[in-house]
Amino acid sequence: MTIKDADASGYVLGLADDALIYAQRLGEWVARAPELEEDMALANVALDLLGQARALLAHVGRLDGTGRSEDDLAMFRDERDFRCVHLLEQPVDDFGVEMARMLTFATYQSHLYAALRTCADDVVAGVAAKAVKECAYHRDHAEQWVLRLGDGTEASHARMQAGLETLAPYVEELFDDDEASVDAAGAGLGVLPSSLRHAVLADIATVVGRASLAMPEPPTWHSRGGRAGIHSEAMGPLLAQMQHIARSHPGATW
Amino acid sequence: MSERAGWPLWEIFVRPKRGLSHVHAGSLHAPDAEMALRNARDLYTRRGEGVSLWVVRAADITASSPQERGAFFDPADDKVYRHPTFYDIPADVEYL
Repeated sequence: MTIKDADASGYVLGLADDALIYAQRLGEWVARAPELEEDMALANVALDLLGQARALLAHVGRLDGTGRSEDDLAMFRDERDFRCVHLLEQPVDDFGVEMARMLTFATYQSHLYAALRTCADDVVAGVAAKAVKECAYHRDHAEQWVLRLGDGTEASHARMQAGLETLAPYVEELFDDDEASVDAAGAGLGVLPSSLRHAVLADIATVVGRASLAMPEPPTWHSRGGRAGIHSEAMGPLLAQMQHIARSHPGATW
Repeated sequence: MSERAGWPLWEIFVRPKRGLSHVHAGSLHAPDAEMALRNARDLYTRRGEGVSLWVVRAADITASSPQERGAFFDPADDKVYRHPTFYDIPADVEYL
């Protein structure tokens, strides 16, 4: 089975936008993290993700034939054209919630990129091979904090548990098989999201158990639609902040 | 913030490459040794500076006192026979 380049670009755009939007959210922690050292750690993770997004977005511009640059795609697309999941666009100002999100997403990305290293798209495989190491570190960082907060004081345990509960409705969307993923997986260019679900959740559950926390009850609803460009109310303000400089001064360089 | 949170200070030693010894690079705050190691990775090896890290709690280092510097170090100044000046050092030995 072959696949049109335009279809593969939709799948790669999902990978790129997840990394881009989470980099933006993590960047918001700089100067607001609990310690200066944690500012640096979160900024490092954000920069790793931004690097992944840049390589993938540049690839999308080639795949879809529009020749758009990484900046064109990051700064001049509107909300409906973004393909990230809702989990990553949510504003988070609680460190426990953020560590729960980083653990979830980094575990997901670790499995995803491990599988993508052998995909038929050389650029995606190359990005994946590099990103696997980065994600292992992101996962480790989040794991260290989840263990310490979960197994720390009564207050830290309660907040870490609350963090897991807060995010629970947003986790399943990572494993929804959207059209672009199904097409890409069928052509050997991508990974079927649902095929990652068991391993990712099992890894998270192991950390959660070691931290003397409990996996949240299955939520009564779950977010959906991010891969189709349907986003939550948080996405508009996020894009406004991320894009306004580039849009106010088009073509500016520094 | 670190004062309020009460995170201890850690001294960081980085080994730039195999064959060299760990060199003091600076210090940082962390709640425990494992986190200190991770913070050190982010603060001191971002640009590929190292292949190995040591972290030591600053309070665990016993340092010589500046006031006693004379008594500690000056007596060694005039003992020239302790310096290996009677050997020829091969030119291509980089680290000696």
